[in-house]
Amino acid sequence: MSKIDLSVTIGSLKLRNPVLLASGTVGYGNEMSEFIDLNKIGGIVTKSLSLKPRKGNPPQRIVETPAGMLNAIGLANVGVEVFLIEKIPFLKNYDVPLICNIAASSIEEYVECTKILTCEDTIKAFEINVSCPNVKEGGLQFGNDIHAVGKITEKVKACTNKPVIIKLSPNVSYISEFAKVVKEEGGDAVSAINTLVGTSFNIFTKRPKLHNVTGGLSGPAIKPVALAKVLEIKRLVDIPIIGIGGIMNWKDVVEFMIAGSSAIQIGTANFINPNSADEIIKDLENYCTSYSIEKISELTGSYKI
Amino acid sequence: MFIVKSPVEQTIELENNILVIKVHSPEISSEIKPGQFLNVRVSETYSPLLRRPFSVCDVEGDFIFLMFNVLGEGTKILAQKRKGETIDLLGPLGHGFNLDDDYQTAVIVAGGLGAAPFPYFVKKIPNDKRIISFVGGKTNNEVITYGLKNILISTDDGSLGFKGTVIDLLNENLEILNKGKIKIFSCGPNAMLKAIKEFSIKNNFECEVSIESAMACGFGICQGCPVESTSNKEKYSLVCKDGPVFNVRDIVL
Ligand SMILES: Cc1cc2nc3c(=O)[nH]c(=O)nc-3n(C[C@H](O)[C@H](O)[C@H](O)COP(=O)(O)OP(=O)(O)OC[C@H]3O[C@@H](n4cnc5c(N)ncnc54)[C@H](O)[C@@H]3O)c2cc1C
Ligand SMILES: Cc1cc2nc3c(=O)[nH]c(=O)nc-3n(C[C@H](O)[C@H](O)[C@H](O)COP(=O)(O)O)c2cc1C
Ligand code: FES
Repeated sequence: MSKIDLSVTIGSLKLRNPVLLASGTVGYGNEMSEFIDLNKIGGIVTKSLSLKPRKGNPPQRIVETPAGMLNAIGLANVGVEVFLIEKIPFLKNYDVPLICNIAASSIEEYVECTKILTCEDTIKAFEINVSCPNVKEGGLQFGNDIHAVGKITEKVKACTNKPVIIKLSPNVSYISEFAKVVKEEGGDAVSAINTLVGTSFNIFTKRPKLHNVTGGLSGPAIKPVALAKVLEIKRLVDIPIIGIGGIMNWKDVVEFMIAGSSAIQIGTANFINPNSADEIIKDLENYCTSYSIEKISELTGSYKI
Repeated sequence: MFIVKSPVEQTIELENNILVIKVHSPEISSEIKPGQFLNVRVSETYSPLLRRPFSVCDVEGDFIFLMFNVLGEGTKILAQKRKGETIDLLGPLGHGFNLDDDYQTAVIVAGGLGAAPFPYFVKKIPNDKRIISFVGGKTNNEVITYGLKNILISTDDGSLGFKGTVIDLLNENLEILNKGKIKIFSCGPNAMLKAIKEFSIKNNFECEVSIESAMACGFGICQGCPVESTSNKEKYSLVCKDGPVFNVRDIVL
């Protein structure tokens, strides 16, 4: 039997398989490496990095919901400088494509972060978070502002040769319009989706459970929404899509690929089973063997509607 | 750290609806230390989705024990586990109690289910150290003394032992506490831990507390469990990774 080809490409980025670990659900890799062989996965997306370290929101930051969870972490992160000095050396020990996720509160800050990070060889691509629902400052809700998303794509592209992936917000009416702007401004791919805005109350105190009042919903509960967003983009815009949202097992991955994803990211599932990416990759290989799929990339956009 | 599916051996029912579940898990029993915890997946379904954190209550050979009462969905499922069924454990997690410091008497202060980590603690305390346990509850059915030694009890309503809070009881016994060098080890409701902090600082006692927080991962990747640190205002500590046991002077309760 010939070997199954699990490799996929996202613009100029070649990945050995389509299974990446999502931003904010792998830290910077070191804790995860206790449970999973990082050399086996398709890639790691770092926690969103900002120019300066961010403390994040006060507790309570997470609430469990039916088949999901709300988080309002508030982009707590070490900042680009500490990342380069303290976190990169660990990641250099692994042969796994590293995608740096950047969050900022101004276009200038996105540019500044990209300029600093692009010099580091270990970083293979950038994922630009224009869609975090949990930070107030900055004045601009970039994720909802199509011109801002276009501008950020253009400016970030101008300061790096590495692939630039824009991570889109699902909290908009037509996500495909945003994907279109990303393509027009030279973006290499889009990630869809970030979390959906949600909240939850304590019925006895009548107070919100999250200190931030609202948070981002993730987990299996959001999978149908995420799939519909991926499909919408696939049908209307010719740009590679990284599908994200509630992926727990190989069947979910196949579904996301059929809907139009070239690759996928695993988020909340890492908290429940930090080895799930490895298990999913093995299961995907078995699936391809059973159904005589030689190249997994054949699945992308293979829906019949 | 391991992820292991471990078979349940037995569920023991203590008084007042408190359960102790005994699980065969040689990987974890050989490594875990008092005050560390496990993140337990009680169901393969997405209901509930997240793991549930539980302190290690006791260890006997290849077996570990967890103490809990039925609170919500997760503990309800855990309570229904029968011999031979497995539960999915992730751990050992976090930093436990520092038992080996320079002190002569370990003063345990436990409120309600805060008694959970202490049976194993009592077992592991070095032979040359004494133990006194102060156990508090609102009423007598909140008082848990399982696995403890040299016990003094307080209840807010006086239904068992001393009438008053466990802090009042500590104050009553200051004379004993001031004999030789003591270290307080405490776990319980946040209001109690706040009072313990004040008490320890006022009397210049060493004190470690085990605290709780909402958690998703339990091992430092989600950033879901922050606690304000007294030494670094720029950064939160993480309850799961830097704790759950902290020097009481290092955190803002
Ligand atoms: C380090 C640590 C050790 C623990 N040890 C024990 C123990 O030994 N015995 C015991 O009975 N319980 C212990 N707990 C508490 C235990 O985890 C909860 O009681 C349990 O999650 C309840 O689950 P449930 O599904 O039954 O309740 P539900 O009410 O249905 O679910 C509770 C959910 O809310 C979360 N949550 C929200 N706010 C908080 C908060 N402030 N603190 C904790 N959880 C919150 C829980 O993690 C869980 O996801 C510990 C908690 C921590 C953090
Ligand atoms: C606790 C938590 C923290 C997250 N932090 C980030 C982040 O810093 N940057 C980002 O772009 N997305 C972040 N996300 C969003 C995830 O990367 C992902 O888009 C989302 O959770 C949906 O996928 P899932 O359902 O598989 O978790 C976070 C999600 C969670 C649950
Ligand atoms: S529970 Fe995830 S970082 Fe502490």
